[in-house]
Amino acid sequence: MVVPRKSSSVLLPKLGLLCLLLCSSPVMAATEEAMAGASQGHAWWFWPLILLIVTFVMGIFAVLGGVGGGVLFVPIISGFFPFHLDFVRGTGLLVALSGALAAGPGLLKMNLASLRLAIPVALIASACAIVGAMIGLALPTNIIQIALGATILGICVLMLTAKKSEFPDVQESDRLSSALRIYGVYQEKSTGKVVDWKIHRTPLGLCLFIIIGVMAGMFGLGAGWANVPVLNLLMGAPLKISVATSKFLLSITDTSAAWIYVNNGCVIPLMVVPSLVGIMMGSLVGVRLLAVTKPAVIRWIVIAMLGFAGVKALLKGLGI
Amino acid sequence: MADKQGAKLAAGPEQIVYASVLEKGMYIGLLILFITFALYAFGIMKPYIPLDQISQYWSTNVHDYLEHAHIKTGWSWLGMLKYGDFVNFLGVAILAGVTIVCYLRIIPVLLKKNDKVYAVLALLEVLVLSLAASGILAVGGH
Repeated sequence: MVVPRKSSSVLLPKLGLLCLLLCSSPVMAATEEAMAGASQGHAWWFWPLILLIVTFVMGIFAVLGGVGGGVLFVPIISGFFPFHLDFVRGTGLLVALSGALAAGPGLLKMNLASLRLAIPVALIASACAIVGAMIGLALPTNIIQIALGATILGICVLMLTAKKSEFPDVQESDRLSSALRIYGVYQEKSTGKVVDWKIHRTPLGLCLFIIIGVMAGMFGLGAGWANVPVLNLLMGAPLKISVATSKFLLSITDTSAAWIYVNNGCVIPLMVVPSLVGIMMGSLVGVRLLAVTKPAVIRWIVIAMLGFAGVKALLKGLGI
Repeated sequence: MADKQGAKLAAGPEQIVYASVLEKGMYIGLLILFITFALYAFGIMKPYIPLDQISQYWSTNVHDYLEHAHIKTGWSWLGMLKYGDFVNFLGVAILAGVTIVCYLRIIPVLLKKNDKVYAVLALLEVLVLSLAASGILAVGGH
């Protein structure tokens, strides 16, 4: 029997999605069930293995949903696994950091990530991420859990409402960005068009990175969800430059926060390495599935997953 | 004309230098992390906390974990590299440290271009990241 090519291209995304859901739901169910009996004791490799499987699925969804691994990792793992939030945040930062380090060189070489744009922004965000990490480790866990839940639900709203502008209209660059010579040129591969870009509202944008840095450090989330709207919608960088610079920016912001967590003992290798491997392998599969899936459907699934994890974090923090 | 446009589209020298240092550091860090994890997980190196006991710690907060396992914060892990779990910190430290090296490496490139403002910004970033890495900023916590 020969299956026509056309039908396979239609079936593949649906099958892929079905597989993802089939894989993730029993794992999540097993995770919740096993959590209830976590004290009964499992072989040492049980939780790292579950972590590897879940982060693999997460890596696929992260790529297809256009979000960073960290933003899915922290609420889901802290909500459904027996790990304390301190270790989840430390691991989440290393997951986000590794993803950014892996993507950074290519984005810089292609001139999609702009070092000139990233340097001043990163200086503010990384300094504030240190403050955020210290606040996050000093506050009681339930307070952080509540704030995390609220932040995740806020991210859902942002994902539902925020618009994107491929080529924002920047009439004139502001004085600060002109003085710092933050502008550039890139070629849009799909059309061959050469795009000259510049930014505006730089002082306001830099002020917002104070808040973004603090939140990235406090929750160990990575901060792509906030970087992109500020760079693109507020400061007027083209969407591709914003996305690439944001990804690269995480390698600097998360470095400062990650050191605070590492130096305060929040790193357990048995959590870190399976998570890194899972997310990386999942991302590789996700990139392949990207061509055959419908981004809008995946985006809704990611928003639903985040919403669920956000409510769970909120309830956990409130002790409900 | 095409050459001129190509030059305009290309990344600046500091960006290329940064990218190549970042790439090498990232690969080295990941490789070391995976090798050391294999040494740990396959029992080739003896861990400080036995593998079958680690689950007793990861559900407690970090303060209790450090206290009960008698682990010191900061760079104390350097003195514990003989243990399979702590040898993994080598890869983590490389991944978390490569950005500092990247910034240090681009400062001379920026100065050569007479881009003093960005050289100062890069130096400030090195100071910020080094402060975070130093371990001076301990947190009382919970």
